[in-house]
Amino acid sequence: MAMNEPQQISVQELIAQKSNRGLLAFTEKLIPKILFLIASVSVLTTIGIVFTLIFETVTFFTEVNILSFLTGTEWYPFANSTPAYGILPLVVGTLKITGIAILVAVPIGIATAIFLSEYASDRVRRFIKPILEVLAGVPTIVYGFFALTFVTPILRSIYPDIAIFNALSPGIVVGIMIIPMIASLSEDAMSSVPNAMRDGAYALGATKLEVAVKIVLPAALSGIVASTVLAISRAIGETMIVAVAAGSTPGFNWDVTGSIQTMTAYIVQVTTGDAGYGTTIYYSIYAVGFTLFLFTLAMNMLAQFISKRFREEY
Amino acid sequence: MKYVNHEEVAAKTKTRLTKNTLLKGVFAAATGFGLIVLAILLYRIVTQGSDYLSFEFFTSFASRIPENSGIKAAILGSVYLMLVVAPVSMFLGVGTAIYLEEYAKRNRFTNFIKVNISNLAGVPSVVFGLLGLTIFVRYFDLGISILAAGLTMSLLILPIIIVASQEAIRAVPNELREASFAMGATRWQTILRVVLPASIPGILTGSILALSRAIGETAPLVVIGIPTILMFTPDGIMSTFTALPMQIFDWTKRPQVEFHDVAAAGIIVLMGLLIIMNSIAVFIRNKYQKRY
Repeated sequence: MAMNEPQQISVQELIAQKSNRGLLAFTEKLIPKILFLIASVSVLTTIGIVFTLIFETVTFFTEVNILSFLTGTEWYPFANSTPAYGILPLVVGTLKITGIAILVAVPIGIATAIFLSEYASDRVRRFIKPILEVLAGVPTIVYGFFALTFVTPILRSIYPDIAIFNALSPGIVVGIMIIPMIASLSEDAMSSVPNAMRDGAYALGATKLEVAVKIVLPAALSGIVASTVLAISRAIGETMIVAVAAGSTPGFNWDVTGSIQTMTAYIVQVTTGDAGYGTTIYYSIYAVGFTLFLFTLAMNMLAQFISKRFREEY
Repeated sequence: MKYVNHEEVAAKTKTRLTKNTLLKGVFAAATGFGLIVLAILLYRIVTQGSDYLSFEFFTSFASRIPENSGIKAAILGSVYLMLVVAPVSMFLGVGTAIYLEEYAKRNRFTNFIKVNISNLAGVPSVVFGLLGLTIFVRYFDLGISILAAGLTMSLLILPIIIVASQEAIRAVPNELREASFAMGATRWQTILRVVLPASIPGILTGSILALSRAIGETAPLVVIGIPTILMFTPDGIMSTFTALPMQIFDWTKRPQVEFHDVAAAGIIVLMGLLIIMNSIAVFIRNKYQKRY
């Protein structure tokens, strides 16, 4: 009797386990399917973005000629009698900001990357990198405030012809915003160049500068170019800095001292205004948004292509 | 016969070394530029905004008079927004990361999801605003509510959380999984009781950093069309609301210079929130992250 009792319990346990196992097997089958559905959300988001933009842009093009949209040099959507929807002024505005930003950010960003990767000691690097991360984490509305209330007055005191709203000040500040991005991605690319290559150059008597410029920079070039292209994409899509400091006067010229408007700033102008749902102006933000989306998508894909295609494997 | 002209070599070496020192200074100056700009930015904002930063600033609503303006509605709106964004984005982000790291087969569709996520990370935030306006505000008819804005923000930071969680999960060594399998655990039991506990510090760190991005993000809120002057606090997720960066944007746009100082006070509060969130993230990373 005393011997049988434990056996009975273990049988019961086995039965309990077996029924439990059925539930377990069910969960095991169900969980991957649920997780698959969750993972599909990111794909659905992309589909949502693309369809939203295409759908509303098509509606816009039933009211505005697509050719005059793509080639028109006048953007006056708020004109009562003859509104003009030519996107080129907005594109030019975006290019001005992007161009100035790149002129500021590329030299400073790459110089920072060279300093951190080739010259700085471990201690200096550990001190500077978190600060650059903070710089990258500053909200763009704060940068916009900084551009309008600090950079613009300084520029105007140097060169009084600059308007309160201009391309120069937000361009410079967008450049400051993307410095950390270029610096940290370029530094990653430079750090992954193997030390054996540096040592080879040192053994031939090269200075640190020669190693950095003639060995490390060429070897890390694909990563540096990719980081720059990504930064261009960020500058194109930057919204709040230009909405605050660049003004709202789209113009088809290359003047950087006067008020301009970018694609992103136009979307902000319309959505903060009182253009009603279903008007041509309402649909125009989708056409502009779609153009913006295509620009940034092209840049992101270019960056991926460069870092994949031209990567030097060591 | 002399093979090496020592004088010429010495002269050349000297110029090469001078160049090296000179350029080192240039590179260091460029690095310093970023730090100096950050210092100026913080100094300017603190000196401009500190006058308006008082207890009343937190307890009063926005106003037409600068002295009476406050961020009561804005800061509560931002908190409510995070209460929607945090669970939604972490549920979706961590779920996607588990799927990609633990379940997904190496096939075309998995690859497609990965490429899609990296492209989604590059979409400008203002375009996410258009998505939110069309899908959540209009199509699902959520209106200009905390829920609509929260869902939009969740999708915006989803790629950041996915990538951070993927890295955290990948850092869990396979020996731990195999030990769990050897004890008879199923795949899901292993994930739930071995992989997730080991990777939670990394996931939390990444998520808090992503949330700190969301709390300062303005463009999607502008596009969705949330109001700036509200005389009430939100009472639920379907309530209309305003948020801190939105309020700062509104004050910055005003022509009166006094409102710029009020905006600076708002920025101090926003940056304070960001510093707290980042410190928590760094604390978790340093305290709980194990190296295997």
